[in-house]
Amino acid sequence: MPSQLVEQYFRADNLPQIWCPGCGHGIITRAIAAAIEQLDLDPNKVCVVSGIGCSSRAPGYLDFNTLHTTHGRALAFATGIKLANPDLKVIVIMGDGDSTAIGGNHFIHACRRNIDITTIIFNNNIYGMTGGQYSPTTPKFDKGTTAPYGNIDKAFDVCDLAGAAGATYVGRATSYHANMVTTLVKNGIMNEGFSLIEAISGCPTYYGRKNKKGGPVDMMKWQKDFAVNVTAAARMTPEQLEGKFLIGEFKNKPEPEYTKEYQRIIDSLKGSDV
Amino acid sequence: MKMKSISSNEVNHGKLIINTEWCKGCGICTAFCPTKAIELIGEKVTVADIDKCTQCGLCELRCPDYAIYVGGKKNEQKG
Repeated sequence: MPSQLVEQYFRADNLPQIWCPGCGHGIITRAIAAAIEQLDLDPNKVCVVSGIGCSSRAPGYLDFNTLHTTHGRALAFATGIKLANPDLKVIVIMGDGDSTAIGGNHFIHACRRNIDITTIIFNNNIYGMTGGQYSPTTPKFDKGTTAPYGNIDKAFDVCDLAGAAGATYVGRATSYHANMVTTLVKNGIMNEGFSLIEAISGCPTYYGRKNKKGGPVDMMKWQKDFAVNVTAAARMTPEQLEGKFLIGEFKNKPEPEYTKEYQRIIDSLKGSDV
Repeated sequence: MKMKSISSNEVNHGKLIINTEWCKGCGICTAFCPTKAIELIGEKVTVADIDKCTQCGLCELRCPDYAIYVGGKKNEQKG
């Protein structure tokens, strides 16, 4: 028997999962299941949706209503699910390429709409499944199979992007900070509106190897050493923050939710001749 | 509703339960174990000294493969 959490919320007969040894995705998937457990949600009222990529394998292992959709379109499908069944807790799992490149348009507009969907982006800074091509979140000058001399594009900050586009809850954690992923996902699910949690994940097979970041343990140690909590960062100088990245809750600003607003229109027209 | 055929490759060490079939030998659990109660042998996690284990749960928290977890109240009824 696996652990109680895995027994209850995973399709254990699909395990072991397909991800590479030391991939952070398994840790983050477990953290999401832990959030659902702690909120004591009815599994039949939870729907997990994904697109294409390494991260999008996650719903295959989770024992809820799950949907594996087309590349970049997870949020489009999830929007339909939420509008048809507003009582469902809809959780979307996407990768960095899936969300910010192929599905970039869906992503910013889902943020703008503030529809009640909790999105977790597994950011491993590369397209892992297809062989290590650089993605919109590959840091400048880092390497990928399609950038053997270094990527000259500036990377997206997924959290800044989501916050600016209108997401009402935004946070970031890492696979090392798995408990923080759980806390942020819990808050995201509780937030009535669009929530975005960026979970930094290590890809030892492609990103790690291409950029000489070491193995799985080295990548986890990097997350531990270079992540600074946003509250601690407020008391630090720019020199101290050089090369670091922020984790924690960045935005929590509730606004009217999309399906509620939509229902209000329906209700206002009921009984009228319009 | 659930049809779950779980492998029997689990070793119950009391404080810790390890599924050697699911373990991919990434070494994350052993690297972050604060008391060094576990070690990697032949690319599989094994118990080095079960008396050192404090059941802090960090191995379970960070195992990407759900191959190691803390035994005890929460999990023992099934073992």
